[in-house]
Amino acid sequence: MCLAIPAKIVEIEGKDAVVDYGELKQKIRLDLLEDVKIGDYVLVHVGYAIQKLDEEEAKETLRILEELASLEE
Amino acid sequence: MQKYEFERGLAQKIASKIAELIKDEELTIMHVCGTHEVSIARYGLRHLLPKNLHVIMGPGCPVCITPQSEVDASIKLAEDGVTITTFGDLLKVPGRNTSLADVEGDVRMVQSIDKAVEIAEKVKNDVVFFAVGFETTAPSTAALLKRGAPENFFIIPSHRYIPPAMRWLLSQGDANIDGFILPGHVSTIIGVRPYREFSVPQVIAGFEPLDILYGLYMLVKQIKEGRCEVENAYTRAVREEGNPVAQKIMNEVFYPIDSEWRGFPLIEKSRMALREEYERFDALEHFQIKLESVKKETGCICEKVLRGLAVPDDCKLFAKKCTPQHPVGPCMVSFEGACRIWFKYGERIRE
Repeated sequence: MCLAIPAKIVEIEGKDAVVDYGELKQKIRLDLLEDVKIGDYVLVHVGYAIQKLDEEEAKETLRILEELASLEE
Repeated sequence: MQKYEFERGLAQKIASKIAELIKDEELTIMHVCGTHEVSIARYGLRHLLPKNLHVIMGPGCPVCITPQSEVDASIKLAEDGVTITTFGDLLKVPGRNTSLADVEGDVRMVQSIDKAVEIAEKVKNDVVFFAVGFETTAPSTAALLKRGAPENFFIIPSHRYIPPAMRWLLSQGDANIDGFILPGHVSTIIGVRPYREFSVPQVIAGFEPLDILYGLYMLVKQIKEGRCEVENAYTRAVREEGNPVAQKIMNEVFYPIDSEWRGFPLIEKSRMALREEYERFDALEHFQIKLESVKKETGCICEKVLRGLAVPDDCKLFAKKCTPQHPVGPCMVSFEGACRIWFKYGERIRE
């Protein structure tokens, strides 16, 4: 039930927005976030954006994982 | 956005790093999120991990921990002609005698509270939204109530807070938990701070297989180094302060009260009750429904599974008398219940 899906904001009108999941678009609400812009990636849960995703942090985590995996004993 | 695809090679390497760290020590790690369990079982992560690292599920399925008394309240309302709306997962959860799926009445599945309000706007009779879910879900309910809803719209306020359940589990000590993998999306809302009161190693993790393995790696490392901290392995979605806007809205609408959970006795300050300004939305008050718990012996061990004291295949009924088509307990009903997940993905520990 705590499933939240990353999606890109493609339209905003007040607190209503449309997000794009890749193959599917959905109307969502932005009541729980401030300063959302078109093009931002957000996590969507039960029709509400609950957080903006940080692309830099995403890349950083992957970098750490790859570095960890390449470490020899 | 960079996708965290399941890269088996990378996953295996991280798993072998965990094995190097843990050596021969037996460690038990609890997660409290059904979405974590789905990923763990679906991607077979337990089979990648060392056998002496036991990853168990605690009370992380909101539908499963919703007590029978609250399910019965929704059934009673449906029988009395009220339209009940809720997330699909809840429909087959057994109450005392029946479930919402089997009751004679108008019961509708919705994907968000906004859809429930749309129904209320179209019909003349009363509409109740059975509001379940943890801190991830509660802000959407709160935001909707703050915006306002038609006079025929009510909710059963069943949202619950995760940290009080962790506090209760740690006060018992019977599950022997060496560390917690913390729920990523609950933490998206509440942030890192609320977990700092617990003197146990903890790591917040995301939901892709690599996220979970990374979280487990950090947690095992922390345990082995004798530290006791809250670390964050899901930084792309979880900030130190969480989501302050969502917290504010949630706190303006709800306040914590002592409450029973399925599988648990009364847990202090664990359920979200409606504040005075929003009391008029409370279906239990409006329709004068009293919550009644009834003890029923079925042989189901969901209560132990929810506390992390047993795994699904410890249960004599699992996959025999109890299946998704004929669930005996709530953990076999919800898509996020441990038994349902293990049934679907063939996860087993015991022979």
